[in-house]
Amino acid sequence: MNVRRQDKIATVVLYLISGTIILILAALLLYILAAGLPHVSWHFLTSPARAFEAGGGIGIQLFNSLYLLVLAMLISMPVSLGAGIYLSEYAKKNWRTTFVQTAIEILSSLPSVVVGLFGFLIFVVQFKFGFSILSGALALTFFNLPLLTRNVEESLASVQGSQREAGLALGLSRFETVTRVIVPEALPGITTGMILGAGRVFGEAAALIYTAGQSAPALDFSNWNPFYIASPLNPLRPAETLAVHIWKINSEGIMPDVAAVSAGASAVLVIVVLLFNLSARWFGKWLFKKMTGGD
Amino acid sequence: MATIIETNDTHLYYGKKEALKGISMAFTANEITALIGPSGCGKSTLLRTLNRMNDLIPNVTITGKITLNGQDIYAPEMDIVELRKEVGMVFQQPNPFPFSVYDNVVYGLRLAGIRDKRQLDEAVETSLKAASVWEETKDVLHQSALALSGGQQQRVCIARVLAVKPDVILLDEPTSALDPISSSKIETMLLTLKKDYSIILVTHNMQQAGRISDRTAFFLDGRLVEYTNTTKFFTNPSKQESEDYISGRFG
Repeated sequence: MNVRRQDKIATVVLYLISGTIILILAALLLYILAAGLPHVSWHFLTSPARAFEAGGGIGIQLFNSLYLLVLAMLISMPVSLGAGIYLSEYAKKNWRTTFVQTAIEILSSLPSVVVGLFGFLIFVVQFKFGFSILSGALALTFFNLPLLTRNVEESLASVQGSQREAGLALGLSRFETVTRVIVPEALPGITTGMILGAGRVFGEAAALIYTAGQSAPALDFSNWNPFYIASPLNPLRPAETLAVHIWKINSEGIMPDVAAVSAGASAVLVIVVLLFNLSARWFGKWLFKKMTGGD
Repeated sequence: MATIIETNDTHLYYGKKEALKGISMAFTANEITALIGPSGCGKSTLLRTLNRMNDLIPNVTITGKITLNGQDIYAPEMDIVELRKEVGMVFQQPNPFPFSVYDNVVYGLRLAGIRDKRQLDEAVETSLKAASVWEETKDVLHQSALALSGGQQQRVCIARVLAVKPDVILLDEPTSALDPISSSKIETMLLTLKKDYSIILVTHNMQQAGRISDRTAFFLDGRLVEYTNTTKFFTNPSKQESEDYISGRFG
């Protein structure tokens, strides 16, 4: 068989494989959207869920998901930045660093249900935070931290060594070189990673079932004092998120329109995650363009 | 002629490998000194000991003494950050920060705490003019330095060093990645800079050393073979190895 023929066959095979994958993914996405979107309305997005009758919404769950996401990112962003900067810029290349890097890698492949049970034992039981947003946010931090740290580390490592030399040779201290030259240059990559991490957190259910809880008590949206028990901002209240809600009504929901609520909630979840992904791409590109001035 | 930097029996080891085998030489202020020799001869290594850039590489041992204006730069009380402000460096590959031309030039000044807009503006104009790149960049000061050509980027990098007002400028093959026109612009610029700065230049290009340097140091295998007046070195070298090298018999 001649080389050109071989090349053609290989190309066709590769096209077929990737085409099949795209087809499966597109079908899945279209199915979720087609099944769910007809049920999505302003009322559905803003009203509380109903346990026994039709017509409930996902308002509280949606708010819980967003609030939990913000809290989790507030905790995990600075920690992952610090850890990533240390690992990439300061840690000596020895067995201890390699050990930590391997540990982070293993941690990042930990099943999220294990993270959830760990969070249950530590935060819910041991620290007595109960089923709460705080427990959930901490569990999500554990779930997210390894990936974010690796992302920060890799983004920093991809900045060329000549930039470090340029900073140091200019009479900047090592800390100034890192914070004023290397981190700004790695910012597009870091930001993209953070937004993608946020999307992953938003869709996470298993890590939250045993930490943030499975109930969504009614919220009083007129009182934003975080210490008031029904306040939306109270971090110690239980908070069922959108993803947990989907899991729960599918396993034990008894409202008559359970299929519709589940489909609608799924569509909303997929759309929000999609928005995170698209904005990550757009924002990363925009930031890179702004900093490099290239077209 | 005043000596600005002096090395005294400087040895440098990468692990066990000896890369500099006892270099003793004096660099004269307000002159251009060229360091030449084949790849791996130690000329870049020597250059990088002068602003302690080799400190960044693990397992490097340096012995002997190096002084800047009589002060031992490897003394424990030496502030490396201060040293690098006095001994600036330009690298082989242009390495501007991915920020605007303006921000590149004032980077060192801003971090030194200078905030006065007029003072910064002035420094940008003087430095870019001194680096002969003002005419090409004055209208794009606030655009990214990465959008410039390689030769312009290299001159912006030189302006960035000049803005910090060093005494000495080290250049590590600054034109080897550039086209001949850009190179000649940088050569002309270096000749005008030497009245205010002491310049030490590593180059692969013997014509370049011959054209612009006052003194030439020829290195081979970690040793300083010959260090003399440039005209004399290229017309009447005193060592056989030097003559073999400049006549192209090896290297």
